[in-house]
Amino acid sequence: MKLTLKIWRQKNSESKGQMVSYEIDNISPDMSFLEMLDVLNARLILEDDDPISFDHDCREGICGSCSLFINGQAHGPDRRITTCQLHMRKFKDGDTIYVEPFRAKAFPVIKDLVIDRSAFDRIQHSGGYISVNTSGNTQDANSIPINKEDADNAFDAATCIGCGACVATCKNSSAMLFVGAKISQYSLLPQGKTEASRRVLNMVNQMDLEGFGNCSNTGACEVECPKGISLDNIARMNRELLKASLKK
Amino acid sequence: MSNNVLVLIFVLQLNIMKNFLLSSIGKKVAMALSAIFLMIFLLQHFLINITSVFSEDIFNMLSHFMGTNFLVQFILQPILIAGVIFHFVMGFVLEIQNRRATKYEYQKTRGGANSTWMSRNMIWSGLVILSFLILHFIDFWIPEMEYKYIDFMPDDPNRYHHELVEKFQDPLKVFFYCFSFILLSLHLLHGFSSSLKSMGTNKAYTSSVKTLGYIYSIGLPAGFCFIAIFHYLTH
Repeated sequence: MKLTLKIWRQKNSESKGQMVSYEIDNISPDMSFLEMLDVLNARLILEDDDPISFDHDCREGICGSCSLFINGQAHGPDRRITTCQLHMRKFKDGDTIYVEPFRAKAFPVIKDLVIDRSAFDRIQHSGGYISVNTSGNTQDANSIPINKEDADNAFDAATCIGCGACVATCKNSSAMLFVGAKISQYSLLPQGKTEASRRVLNMVNQMDLEGFGNCSNTGACEVECPKGISLDNIARMNRELLKASLKK
Repeated sequence: MSNNVLVLIFVLQLNIMKNFLLSSIGKKVAMALSAIFLMIFLLQHFLINITSVFSEDIFNMLSHFMGTNFLVQFILQPILIAGVIFHFVMGFVLEIQNRRATKYEYQKTRGGANSTWMSRNMIWSGLVILSFLILHFIDFWIPEMEYKYIDFMPDDPNRYHHELVEKFQDPLKVFFYCFSFILLSLHLLHGFSSSLKSMGTNKAYTSSVKTLGYIYSIGLPAGFCFIAIFHYLTH
């Protein structure tokens, strides 16, 4: 495959970036998108040029490290996958592919396609955990009866890998799908109920402090989420916050 | 003593609700509440207006009641105006905040791949509705206020139907009226279900909300357009 790549290049967080065009040839349709970028980087290194920086780690859709806004869509033109799971067979020979970093005020660009997603970490630190004392007489989790639907919903919410595609694709750069999933995964289970009120108040407060936008229920996040996290998690978060605010 | 405790609890509760309403979700909920209030108003407005098509007397009777009832005129009407202003001001405030949060534009976007045109353009359909409302106020509300509270004209319970029909004799006005209602329909097609989602509607009701939303969002504006076209063509 022969392709034209238009890639966002930015020296550092302070500098002004721009799209740079690269022609690339001999790309196998069976390569992953990140492998294609590896090939381009190998060439750039040989040419004594600065290789393109991009995030990646597990390369099997688990870690949530890879990002990239490809041809106007978070994680590219496929559903329920991360960029590392995207293959070049999704494109045609001669295509022009736009590759940009995830954009949001709360996700500043560090270099090229690498962004700072530590805002998500700070939201998690503010309440995305349970404080169960696990030493001593801890009850076996399997002996606690949990409604099947609640368990399924909690597990579905827990599949969120925190990649940030929801923020990147949202026209308002809202992080409510991420925060809604993190709140839901605990609030639905008895272990997470103890500090449910404090959790939702703190996490929503931190989300607002980070400068994410407001959700307007376009549903784009749900469509682009590689794990199919549902908008119902946002509705649950809204209910939890209202309940917690009244209880406080 | 007990009164002081009650006042203290009330002030604390107000403070807590203030924190809630200032949060991003609180603003969403407030926006949704004002939207639901306006949708209920729109429904009652339609139910009164549709009577003009089949009975001049019923329409006159209902309009006279609404135009002279103390509760409607001096309690509900100011609440309605406040609700309209709040909905528009909040819409602009949220739009500005959201634009600040996005900050950078993508070189290439494909919004249509994951969301509807209506959901992405609420501010634009809202602006058309706002311009329509200004015209509607100039056309109906201000003359009505002048008639009753400035000129102190004599009470005439049979004037309403005639006045309504007269307003719909200008084809340009009928066209703009219908155009605005098409935009209102697009606004509601997203706004109806969005407002209920913002209120935290349980997913068990998602499909019912969607169906009800389609019926309301298409049926109601179509009904308003029908009333305007009917009076234009039959008088």
